[in-house]
This record gives sequence, structure tokens and C-alpha cells, in this order.
Amino acid sequence: MASVTFSPDDRYNAFITTLSGAETGPGRLSGIPVAVKDNISTRGIPTTCASRILTGYIPPYDAHVVTLLKREGAAIVGKTNMDEFGMGTTTENSAFGPTLNPADPTRVPGGSSGGSAAAVASGMVRMALGTDTGGSIRCPAAFCGIVGLKPTYGRVSRYGLIAYANSLEQIGPMARNVEDVSLLMEVLTIHDPRDSTTIACPYRHTPDPTIRGLKIGVPEEFFGEGVDPRVASVVWEAITRLEAQGAEIVTCRMPSMAFALAAYYVTCTSEASSNLARFDGVRYGPQADTRRTWHESFQEQRREGFGTEVRRRIMLGTFALSSGYYGKYYAKAQAARQQVRNDFLRLFRTVDVIAGPTMPTVAFRLGEKTDPLSMYLSDVLTVPANLAGVPAISVPCGTSEGLPVGLQVMGQWFRDENVIDVAAACEQGVSS
Amino acid sequence: MSATPVTQPANTGMAIDDEVIVGLEIHCQLDTKTKLFCGCSTDYRDDPANTHVCPICLGLPGSLPRVNRKAVEYALRVGKALNCGIAPEAEFARKNYFYPDLDKGFQITQYDKPIAVKGYLDIEGDDGEKRVRITRVHMEEDPGRLVHKGAADRPKYTLVDYNRAGIPLIEIVTEPDLRSPKEARRFLNKLRATLEYLGVFDSEKEGSLRVDANISIQPKGWFEREGKGKADRGRVEIKNISSYKGVEKALTFEITRQKNLIRRGQKLESATRHFVETRGVTTSSRSKEMEQDYRYFPEPDLRPLRVCDWAMEIVLPELPDARRARFMEQYGCSPIHARTLTGELKLAEFYEKVADIDTALAATWIADTLLGELNYRDMSITLVPPEQFRELLVLLREGSVTDKSGVEVLRVLLDQLKETGRCEGARACVDRLGLRIIVATPTLTGEDPVMEAAKEALAEQPQAVADYRAGRKEALNFLVGQVMKKTRGCAKPGDVNKVLADLLEEG
Repeated sequence: MASVTFSPDDRYNAFITTLSGAETGPGRLSGIPVAVKDNISTRGIPTTCASRILTGYIPPYDAHVVTLLKREGAAIVGKTNMDEFGMGTTTENSAFGPTLNPADPTRVPGGSSGGSAAAVASGMVRMALGTDTGGSIRCPAAFCGIVGLKPTYGRVSRYGLIAYANSLEQIGPMARNVEDVSLLMEVLTIHDPRDSTTIACPYRHTPDPTIRGLKIGVPEEFFGEGVDPRVASVVWEAITRLEAQGAEIVTCRMPSMAFALAAYYVTCTSEASSNLARFDGVRYGPQADTRRTWHESFQEQRREGFGTEVRRRIMLGTFALSSGYYGKYYAKAQAARQQVRNDFLRLFRTVDVIAGPTMPTVAFRLGEKTDPLSMYLSDVLTVPANLAGVPAISVPCGTSEGLPVGLQVMGQWFRDENVIDVAAACEQGVSS
Repeated sequence: MSATPVTQPANTGMAIDDEVIVGLEIHCQLDTKTKLFCGCSTDYRDDPANTHVCPICLGLPGSLPRVNRKAVEYALRVGKALNCGIAPEAEFARKNYFYPDLDKGFQITQYDKPIAVKGYLDIEGDDGEKRVRITRVHMEEDPGRLVHKGAADRPKYTLVDYNRAGIPLIEIVTEPDLRSPKEARRFLNKLRATLEYLGVFDSEKEGSLRVDANISIQPKGWFEREGKGKADRGRVEIKNISSYKGVEKALTFEITRQKNLIRRGQKLESATRHFVETRGVTTSSRSKEMEQDYRYFPEPDLRPLRVCDWAMEIVLPELPDARRARFMEQYGCSPIHARTLTGELKLAEFYEKVADIDTALAATWIADTLLGELNYRDMSITLVPPEQFRELLVLLREGSVTDKSGVEVLRVLLDQLKETGRCEGARACVDRLGLRIIVATPTLTGEDPVMEAAKEALAEQPQAVADYRAGRKEALNFLVGQVMKKTRGCAKPGDVNKVLADLLEEG
């Protein structure tokens, strides 16, 4: 079997692990170097989630998507940096140090799939896999100026993805153009019965930028308080270009945006508090001190192994699920989540896709966001798609202060093809 | 705190108008080939630790559960057999707690949407037929198992074996409808029989059944008046009872302990206690465990189960009550025999394999004799080859051996089976031991062995003969005994009586 030489100058700290002689074979991705986010299990290759708690863990099995990549001949050349367990918007919360934004190395690449975005944006790889729980593919795609798709929930198997928030997250493709994102999407959507939350719905599609007659809904809330007016105007220009290409623009309302962020953070921290319980040092990870009682050793293991943000989210989620608070937080968040779904259902009765900015601002400076709450607020435009499970793409649509701005396009459930087409049209508009 | 020593017999301390209130939670392993959420084999019992594991049942990061269809079908069978309603939408939930044998840090179970609810099981209660209400039946996975190394009281270190992790369990919860340890035992026997008839449970597998029992002693009629949760006297949950006998023992112990406390005027607090099988006592466990907040929430990796329609299609096999009725109808079994014979699936099947020889004879010999001999030897009916038992029944029916010899042969055969797993033929055994019946011929030629023995006995016991002749008729019984001894029980008592009477008459 042939192998691909990979010895990149990783000046942006995009990778946690690189593999110099990755194997490649025949297939649609033959010879193409692909980077994989380090929360996706790779047999025989350390998979860390950018956490100390997984030090030394080498998965004995491949994630379904990794099997699919290999089947198509892709060369998996490295595992990319990320916010620990996906918990962050900047890729600064990593046990392996922050990743830098290739568009401006004094800025963050976004997160949590910042390593994958930087690896693609810098040209080290042609494509990468990211994961998106509340914007973790779209945010770094927007900040680094590449294309990233969060598929419909249930279209790509999560088998082998180390869970942060199971009901929200999907694995998705990231690349410099829509065509490559589409190609990767074809590979990733082969059905896997091991993930009970998927349905068999393979993506077979060639991006088609003709959008004549397509109805694009633009919710007012996506241009509301907190959205940088300079970013807003770049996105409006892109939407106007789509109109010029024949699309019909319909302004609309999405009232559930008012509590989407709260619903998102209660849900993802609750699920995370449970998902991350398994990291106790008994089966893998650094050896616990066995002279202590098991609960003492569990405590120490978890205190030492998890970073600050992960510990904060575990605490929040544990609280939200506690008896006496469940109804007030978790149950309420699920009710709010249903309202978000209902908003999408209502809007999709009259429009084909929904568009707006991916992020309220351009990439932050490294170290700029120190207050967790203001960091959480920057996810406000990306979380609705995760709460509803609809497909959403971020595609470069211009620059502000010389930094990339992303247009976000959200589509109907299992119509990932539509958002790909709109992204292709946007891409055409930007390049022409 | 150690167990309170038993100083009083069980029947003191309790006021006449108190009654015992018992509810059970029973965990049964479903006898599927593979685990609940992965393809690992469930046949782990004789294999080395951690050999029946995969990324899923080890809870490795990134693995996802997938529901075993067969396990759901088994749970539905149980729900239907216990006359439960099947939930239109059942849901798996996570029960979050830390323990080294729990590889994901949570157990996948069912919480507020169990697969089956509100059923009942009829049992033979202390005062006749009794309906025990079933609160719910839910599905869950078994955790792994801790293996403590070193001395039993102070283990040096502990190993974890995940072979058991992911074995499908059902938990069956009853309403507090049981009123004595004996009723609890009868309920469990009936439940076990039902599960076995359904083909979903193998009671012979070690650890396949575990019981938690809730028990309190309340003024008579309190439960009917007040229902759950308002008692003066606390309720004790006894955890982790792993045998049928253990349940009766644990409850009996606990009743004695609680009565003693009541008698001394002490307040009974609600508590969790552990049953120590080897000592037959319950001991207090840390109160910390009671206050656990399991933070249940719906399992996001699995879809809700919508299995109502499927449940309707499932046809149940014949269950114990129906079989009991059929045994009375078809074989003319007495109600008691029918109940005993159908109380275990394998026993019922055994009976039906030999019943054609003589339905009444077979019923008596299995229910009254074989079962006792098996219990005495702690043997299972499955070890007994029906052919050998058939042969014995034939010998008994044709009058070739006496009942007494029949028992002797049975004991010999069972001892052989227990020791070697095999036994000789019943007929061969009779001949080898010379137990074939001695039939008295009515002639007085002296060639008849019964006649021989009788003559010998009369010659040896002149005093008895004299007593008889003097009108002390009970001396005949003594002489009969002497003849029986000489013929090693192979003569029919009626024959011996007659021959002796004839000889004494003559003389």
C-alpha cells in the first residue's frame, strides 16, 4: 500500500499528532491528505480530545467516519487540535496550547474544531473532519475563511466520536471550497447501524450554484444586538448578491432565539456531565493512585485531568440534572428546544433555506475573551441549528478589517444538498 | 453497626394486630445470546475475566449502544405474562453514579417510561389465592463485577471484571402486597416458573436473580387505610439477596429484628440494610448510599421504543396456571400434585415425558418422592434421565418391586447421577440388588421364599407365637416385621400377613 509523506511546518499548532507516512489506497479520496479532529477515534493513533485525562489512550477501533475515509483511500495525516472535549469557541482550551489563525496569527482560529480549520486554511491538508455541537465546525470555518458543514443530525454516524453532547453534535466536512466539502460529505454519509440516531440517507450530489427562485429567509434576530455592524453589512452584501443571482429574500422572525442559547448550554452541559463520567482512571488514561479509596482516586484523577472549562461545564450540567432542579433547568431547556424546532418548522413552510452571519464578530484576539459568559454569547447564531438538528454551512462571503466573514445557511432536515447549493452560489458571487 | 443478635423467637414482640408489609424488586438476567447493547456473548461464567468485552460494553470513549431486539422481545413477553400494560413509548434513561464496576459512569436503564406497567401475578397466599400487583417492569444493563483479592475481611486490592457488564436485566417491582416471608418466597417461585415458561430466564445460572426487599411492620389494616409513605414506623430496604431461600431468611431475620426494636419501644427509622447470606443476617449499610442523586435523564444515544404493536403480535406459551389446569384435566392430577408438578418448567416437562406409563403413579412418584430426594441432594431435575425413571415406573406398575424397594433403587440411581452424571438402568439396578418382589404362592410346599421366611421366623420366636396363641394379637405385627426383615422388604406385607396367619392357624 502506498503512503503519503506528511511533514508540515505546523507554525499554527494545528495538530496534536501528525503521521509522517500515512497509508493511502484507491478510491475517491486516493492520495488526499485528510486531517481528523482529535475527538474522533482512530485505531492505533492516540486520540486525546485535547485533554490530559486521555493521555496514553490509543483507541482499539476506528470511528465509522475514519473507516469510510480509509475505504475511499484518504491518507489520514494527523489529529487536529481543539478545545478540550469540544468545549470552547477559540481552541484556546487545549492541553496542547492554542491554535493560531492562519489569516492572522495574533487571533484565534475559532473553535472547537480550530485545528482542522487552521490545517485546511494554511494549506497543510486539503480537507479535514470537524465536529459541531453548537457551532464548532462553522465558527472556525468562518474565522479562518474556509467552508464547513454541520450535517443534519442523524445523517453521519457518531460511532467513534468521543461524546460531548450526543443529542446536538455531528461530524462534518471542512475544506477550502464547497466542492471538496460536498465530496467529503458523499463519503461520510454511508449508513452505520451502530448509531441508532442515524437514518440511512446517503448524500449523492454535485453542488449546483443556480438558485433562481429559491426562497431564502433572513431572520431579524440574526442581525440583532451583539452582532458587529461591520460583519452584518458584509453578510447583507452577500445575501444581496444571492438575490441578484435569482433568489428571493424573505425577512422573517425567529422568536425562540431569545432562549436558544440558554437551552443549548443547559442541554450540552447536562449531557457532558454524564458523558465525561467515564474518565475515572480505571480503564485508560493516567494511572490513578491505587493506594487510595476509589472515590478519592476518582476525585484526584478528574481534578488533575480536566481543564478549567471542562470542570465548569461538568459542574453546571451536574447541577442542572440534580433532583429538585431538573424541572427548572433540563426539562425547561427541552421545552425551549422544541420551540426552536417549531420556529424552523414554521419558517420552512415558506422558505427553502435560512441565512445570516455565522458568527457575530470576526476572529477574537488570542486571550481576548476571558469571561466565560461573553464567550458563550458568541455561539448565539450557531446553536439554533444544533438544537433543531437542521443542516448548516458556513461559507466565506467577504472580509471585515481584513479578516474572513462567514455566511451561514441553514436548511431543512436531510436537505443538506440545498445548503451546499446556496454555499456554492455564494462562493461564485465572492470569486466573481 | 453490626447486626442485632437474635435473642427472642420470631413470634414475640409483635402485637396481635400488627402485620408485615413486604414489597420486592427483582432483577433477572434475560437469557439472550448476546448483551443488551452490543454483540458480546453472554455465556461468560466459566471464562477468564474481561474476555467477553468490546468497546461498547467496556464503555470506551466514542462507542454507542444499540438495543438488542431479542432482549426487548423477552421483556415484552414478561410484561404480557405479568398482565401489564405495554407503554406506547418506552424510553431508556441514564442513571448516573460513580463506581469502579460501572464503566461509563452511568447505567442505561429505564426511569419514568418503563416498558411495562401495572400488572399482577396470582399466587397461593397465606390465606388462599392472592393477587400480587406488579408496579412496573423495566429493562437495564448489568454492571461489571468487582473481585476482591486477599483476605475476605480486609482485601489487599480489587480487580474489575467487565464480562457481566451489559448483560440484559429486567427489574420487576411489586406493590407492597406480600404479608409474610413465606408469601414472598411463593411469589418468587411463581415468578421464576413464569419466566422459565416464557423461555427468557435460566434460574440455574449463578447470579441470574437478585432481589431487594422492602419490609415494615405496621398496625393491622394500616396499609389498606393509609397506603404508602405515611407510616410511623420506618421501612427497611434489604439489598442484594441472591437466592430464593435467602429472601425468606432475610425477611424472617428482619422481622425478628424489627419486632425486638418495637418491643423495646425503640423507633424504627427507614434504612437500607445488606443481607449477609453466609450468616443469615442483615447489617446496616452506610446511609450515604441512600442519599444518592442519580440525575436520571433520557439516554440521548437511543431512540424511544414504540413497541405496542409488536407486543400485540407476541403469542405467549402456556404459563404455569394454564398448565396446572391442564394437568388436572388431562392427567387427572390432584390440585396439590398439579401445583407441585407445574411449579417448575423442567419438572412439568419431566412429568409429561413419563406420564403415559401411569398418570397417577407418575404424579405421586415425582411430586412426593423424586422431588424430596432431589432437594435432599441439592440436585436439579435436569440431571435425571427420563428413560431410567420410566423404567422404574414400569417396574412399580407391574408390581415387580415394592414401593420401599422403589425408593431404594431411586436413591441408588440419584447417588450415581450426582457422582458421575450417569446411572445404570433401573431394571439392572433392581436385579443387581436383588430387589425384585417376592410373590407368595398360596401352596404350603415350602418352596416359597415368603413361606420359608415365615417358618423361620416362627421357629426363632416361640415367645411371640405363644403370645399370639394366648390371644395377644399384636404379636402378629412383630412377626410380620421379622419376615419383612428376612425378605429385605421385597415381600408384600399383605402376603406375609396371610402366610403367617395361615401357619399360626395350622400350628
